[in-house]
Amino acid sequence: MFSGELFFNAIVSGLLIGGFYAAVALGLSITFGCLEIVNIAHPTFVIFGSYVTYILNVNFGLDPILAGLVFVPAFFVLGMFLYRFYYASFERAGQESLNGLAFFFGLMFTVEVLLILVYGVDYRLVSAPYIGQTWHLGYIDFPLRQTVPFVVGTAMTIGVYLFLSKTFLGRAIKAVSQDRLALQLMGADPIRVKQYAMGIAIATAAVAGSLLIILGPVEPSQGRLYIGRVFAMVVLGGMGSVSGTLIAALLIGVIESFVATFYGPSWAPAVSFGLLFITLALRPQGMFGRA
Amino acid sequence: MFMKFAMRRRMLALCGMVAAALFLTQAMAPTTARAAEPIKIGFSMALTGALAGAGKAALIAMEIWREDTNKQGGLLGRQIEFVYYDDSTSASKVPGIYTKLLNIDKVDLVVSSYGTNEISPAMPIIMRKGLVFMSLFGLAVNDRFKYDRYFQIMPAGPVPKEDWSRGFFDLAMAQNPKPKSIALLAEDAEFARNAVAGARINAKKVGLNIVYDKTFPFGSKNVTPVIRAIKASGAELIYIGSYPHGSVGLVKAANELGLKAKMFGGGMVGLQFAAIQKNLGPMLNNIVNYDFWVPEPTLKFEGVEAFLKKYQAAAKGKKVDPLGHYLPPYAYAYLQILGQAVNTIGSLDQKAIAAHIHATTFNTVVGPVSFAENGEWAKTRTLQVQFRDIEPNNMDQFNHAGKRIVLYPKSVKSGEIVYPYK
Repeated sequence: MFSGELFFNAIVSGLLIGGFYAAVALGLSITFGCLEIVNIAHPTFVIFGSYVTYILNVNFGLDPILAGLVFVPAFFVLGMFLYRFYYASFERAGQESLNGLAFFFGLMFTVEVLLILVYGVDYRLVSAPYIGQTWHLGYIDFPLRQTVPFVVGTAMTIGVYLFLSKTFLGRAIKAVSQDRLALQLMGADPIRVKQYAMGIAIATAAVAGSLLIILGPVEPSQGRLYIGRVFAMVVLGGMGSVSGTLIAALLIGVIESFVATFYGPSWAPAVSFGLLFITLALRPQGMFGRA
Repeated sequence: MFMKFAMRRRMLALCGMVAAALFLTQAMAPTTARAAEPIKIGFSMALTGALAGAGKAALIAMEIWREDTNKQGGLLGRQIEFVYYDDSTSASKVPGIYTKLLNIDKVDLVVSSYGTNEISPAMPIIMRKGLVFMSLFGLAVNDRFKYDRYFQIMPAGPVPKEDWSRGFFDLAMAQNPKPKSIALLAEDAEFARNAVAGARINAKKVGLNIVYDKTFPFGSKNVTPVIRAIKASGAELIYIGSYPHGSVGLVKAANELGLKAKMFGGGMVGLQFAAIQKNLGPMLNNIVNYDFWVPEPTLKFEGVEAFLKKYQAAAKGKKVDPLGHYLPPYAYAYLQILGQAVNTIGSLDQKAIAAHIHATTFNTVVGPVSFAENGEWAKTRTLQVQFRDIEPNNMDQFNHAGKRIVLYPKSVKSGEIVYPYK
């Protein structure tokens, strides 16, 4: 069954879905990787992002991507408030490890139930002119339903990477978990830095949510399906490394696509997580993490 | 003297009458109170979680039945009350819920939650109590338990796994020339695996060459490589068992990649739901897939349109499937059968109710229903319908005939197949 057509299409398909995975994992790469906050509710915020996209798309005909972008400031503020609450309740008292985890578990279920109460449990989908269209380059297919999320997801990840690398606030975010005292000596308030970082992380969920609902239908409990995969990408890429998360997401996408095409789709997650185990055994800090 | 005696006799008689009246009142009182006690029907239902869309729609249908029946005097002259709990689409919660229903809530009758995964865990508890168990859309649940008081309302048929896809294969093998190869694809969860297991048996029976036979992870967002691999296999028929997320992705990927096949579909859950139908629009055209009720003239059973009118009005504020063609008529019907049986037997004797259900053909909103020994429908009526002339972005079209043509079974057939798919 092996052919050049299948081979190259498997690579392209994997890269396309990998771009979307990167968008979902990006926020967690910041909170878990840079801030060491185990925000397992992050995929639920992605679902929340899908619902706000749905509302603007269905009621006002707004393009799903634009709808996601419209809500970025609101999600940013939500993330800042979330960190303030987390800090006041757990981090300040040094109880963030177990109680903080329980908090995010609770938050995940609360957001999920709120979505059910407000929007019900029916599947939600959006429409856009590019959904269902495919570009062809020779025998390689680019379904726009996947290409648009890839472009937006990759661009967002690169944008956040540049922000974290090139700006003072970005560097402060990367530094906050490494050496808090040094950061204070530089005149930065670690709490405020973490607050902004959490805001950015949750803001990316608004965009990732809009990409998710372009790919397929969404219902409130769907976020749980992504928890394992996004944590795997962050760990595989290296804690705190946004570029590592992007590469890990693309790599997992390509591996899944290859396995699904040539062997059997049910083996795809096992192979991806197998790669994670091997990487961690050989390089515990992840592919691009600091030792 | 005589007057005094007569007065005393009258007084005694009056006292006797008062005493008798008091006695009778006292004696009657518990009976009257018992008669006023409602009959409690207990169940768990998926009101949150992955199957909540269907579970909530089922609950609306069940509440319509309760209101209709209570208006007509209830069961055995007693009003009906529901006692139910949300199982969160989690099989692990189901045993606890039924234990509570039976031991603490002391319900009189039980029915099941929605779906195979939520029905199976209740079975050992129900069987221990010897109760009649009407179940809602379980596929081949009783194959393992062989419980003689289990009845299942989904019209899968007496050999559920194979009957489920029998129509798809009957239609395919009636074509000239006959197709020779098939691809089988199942989403990795119990129902889909069962459906494809039956399709595998049917494919072998009719001598088809299985050129692709795989499963894919539940809820997978990237099914494009799967469709590409199927396309490369050159299969003429493609039979899929999938859940809504997977179904939508597969239909979109098939259109995006220009998949060509003689028949495509089979056991895809989700293509029956109005929101998904509206979103997929013309991408659905020519897909042949299972269904249970569609508004074709051959399926206008007595009461079904009145029921759907009530359902659609009730569903408006509840944010569930607005049309309610797929599950709600059956959620109404499984209670209709239980109610008819209880009223005919005249008691809550579970053994007698079960015997009556086994022996009777019931008239319901989903048509006449009779059961085989294993509690499945005596004869399969799993429809194979073909989407036809679907317009974009129009939900109302699915409320009318001509959009989902019934191809199988012959008894309710409403049109001829368009073959090949693409």
